[in-house]
Amino acid sequence: MLNFSKINIILIYLIFFFIAIFSVLNLQNKDNIIIDKKVNLGLDLQGGSYLLLEINSDSLVEEKIQSKVIPIKKLLKDNNLKYENFKIRDKSLTFFIEDVEKFELLFFSKKENLVNPYIDNYRSFELDYKLLGNNNIEILFSKFGLLTINNSALKQSIEIVRRRIDDVGTKEPTILQRGDKRILVELPGLKDPERIKKLLGKTAQLNFRLVSDNSDFGTEDLVSELGETLKVSKRIVMSGENLIDAQPSIQNQKNEPSVSFTLDRLGSQKFGRATTDNVGKRLAIVLDGKIISAPNINEPITSGKGIISGNFSFQEATDLSLLLRSGALPTPLDVVEERTVGPDLGEDSIRSGIISLIVGFVLVIIFMFFKYKIFGLVANTALIANLLMLVGILTILEATLTLPGIAGIILTIGMAVDANVLIFERIREELKTEKSIIHAFDSGYSKAKITVLDANITTLIAAIILFAFGSGPVKGFAITLGIGIITTLFTAYFLARHLTSMIVLKNNNRGLKI
Amino acid sequence: MIKNINFVSKFKKANFISIIIFFLSIFFISLKGLNYGIDFKGGTLIELRTDVTVNASSIRDSLKSMNLGDINVKKFGIDGDYLIKVEQKNVNNSNLIPEIKKTLSDNLNADVDFRRVENVGPKVSSELLESSIIAISLALAAMLFYIWVRFEWQFSVGSIIALFHDVIITLGIFSILSLEINLSIIAAVLTIVGYSMNDTVVIYDRIRENLFKYTKISISDVANLSINETLARTVITSVTTLLALLSIYLLGGEILRGFSFAMILGVIIGTYSSIFVASPILKFFRVSYKTLEKEEKKIEP
Repeated sequence: MLNFSKINIILIYLIFFFIAIFSVLNLQNKDNIIIDKKVNLGLDLQGGSYLLLEINSDSLVEEKIQSKVIPIKKLLKDNNLKYENFKIRDKSLTFFIEDVEKFELLFFSKKENLVNPYIDNYRSFELDYKLLGNNNIEILFSKFGLLTINNSALKQSIEIVRRRIDDVGTKEPTILQRGDKRILVELPGLKDPERIKKLLGKTAQLNFRLVSDNSDFGTEDLVSELGETLKVSKRIVMSGENLIDAQPSIQNQKNEPSVSFTLDRLGSQKFGRATTDNVGKRLAIVLDGKIISAPNINEPITSGKGIISGNFSFQEATDLSLLLRSGALPTPLDVVEERTVGPDLGEDSIRSGIISLIVGFVLVIIFMFFKYKIFGLVANTALIANLLMLVGILTILEATLTLPGIAGIILTIGMAVDANVLIFERIREELKTEKSIIHAFDSGYSKAKITVLDANITTLIAAIILFAFGSGPVKGFAITLGIGIITTLFTAYFLARHLTSMIVLKNNNRGLKI
Repeated sequence: MIKNINFVSKFKKANFISIIIFFLSIFFISLKGLNYGIDFKGGTLIELRTDVTVNASSIRDSLKSMNLGDINVKKFGIDGDYLIKVEQKNVNNSNLIPEIKKTLSDNLNADVDFRRVENVGPKVSSELLESSIIAISLALAAMLFYIWVRFEWQFSVGSIIALFHDVIITLGIFSILSLEINLSIIAAVLTIVGYSMNDTVVIYDRIRENLFKYTKISISDVANLSINETLARTVITSVTTLLALLSIYLLGGEILRGFSFAMILGVIIGTYSSIFVASPILKFFRVSYKTLEKEEKKIEP
């Protein structure tokens, strides 16, 4: 175990230097980056927000089942199927039908079925029906129909969330899908998380509806921005989908912050027609079920440009135009988990983390030196090499360093000497019975090998499980702990062994003690 | 150097104490329960800093009007730093944090800086608890399997009993002292599992080696010899690990305090259990040279 071929030695030190050199990259000056690799600081160290958002597709399912009412009634009428007692429930439709068999045939027809399309990917129809007895049937979305609604809502939500966050202009946001209902958002260095939360919390469904008593399409009572209750028609003149741009602006007369918007061609036509036909009436601008303003239509607006003013502050006008530009979310998003760390706490954590790292390191080094003298120096050299390699690998992987991650490094320092201690103690034992010093060292290393491996693999198993199950900061701990074990094995079994062999071979005849 | 301590003679007494503490821990965990943090219970946590020295009760009083349910306020580190925990009923209030901030700065007449805000919904917290329990169980199962592959089943059972001993007693002490269990404590427990196993494996390795070497002497004596032979290593590694952990505990800041405390407890209990729990179990199973021989034959017929 003490013989190293030249190639081995070169290889060991090459690997060491190649990895360790990367740790130096973290000291690079910000303006003068040579190689763009660095350990990333976790949100708990640099400050920032972690948000877990959940889509709530219930309202969407209700909406979608309602949109099936007209097509189903049409299908029944066109085919002369008699039905009675048609009811719209929360997420299903129920009615009585005479000829169930004929209905089923039409309902589950694969050819040009507009009522109940066949989803090829899932080999399933969008809708399903249940027989409630006495020819009463209930129509609801099939499992895969719901899945399709959910998935497309999730994809769309991620897109909208990304647009909104990009628009605010935070640096390097992370936006990822988590599971089938959730979106993970990480915003490093964010100064005002409440603003982002507010922006993401709004679905921003905008529509223009007439204030009128005409109840052809149904009306609802909404409270305007001035506190008056208005009867607003349920008919949507135009919705936010037709917007192509929205910008905050200041209206000259009153110096009032407002939002000016531009419509697409279709929107311009719709808006032009509606304003032409209804001059003198009031138009309610409704956002997420609340009136933001209800101005009088003074003249037809055919230019496709308009202005919304509603007692906004400039910040509100800016945020509203951002929301309108980025489009509406298909469903409301709930913040189910939030973790925000302010930048000064992050700095404090880095400072205390580094101080405890240095102190822990020095304590262990002093202890090892007093315990093993010259071989303590070997172990300490290995320890320093270990630390450099650990940081080097973290840099190569561009891993994220968290506060528990720093704790993992300190813990690695404490536990890393174990490999060398195991070996040195074994050599001590061997020296008692073995006459030849070289033999004693040699068998010390080979006998301790299995134990060192076994002992480290158990900790590695714990680290892997932590990595798989942990989240955020805890994952950072698992990474440093796991990589620490690998660098420990390398430095103990190659570097320290080579250093030991040099000492032993030089001092072979001088009664070497350990 | 300390040499040849008779550990076997102390096994009985140690096991008696272990069993009492173990069941005492179970008693406390099941009756008093564990003090779950917001990670596992849901709710809101706010770490705040004020420039004037307000006290915890004035913070609590000023929040009373908001009707937030159970509120816990305590000092956190230096003067003027406080930790507020709110067991939140109305989870969907997206304006909660700004509202709390406004109420506090109005009532306390001071600048209030929110340094850290954590908010965990009830669904997420129960998922986190579930995945933590799975993680710890999986870790124990993986250890059981690894030792079973590397050693004989008696060793594997012995080491798992020792691990249970460590995990339960660590949690028991957390229950008795009403210390908070959060995600980082779970990380600590998993690391303890790894560390304790590491310690046990070193002793088991030596026991196996010595069983082959001294085929005539009893398992008790082999265990005693092996523990003594590895004792220096056990002590030195525990000392260096504890040095590192003490440094985190004292200097690493408030956030790491619970984690490092759990680890310190775990290292001490884990070291103890490798000697006084994992080894006597081999005697209980009557492990001998023959046990190993049988296994060897099975592998290479």
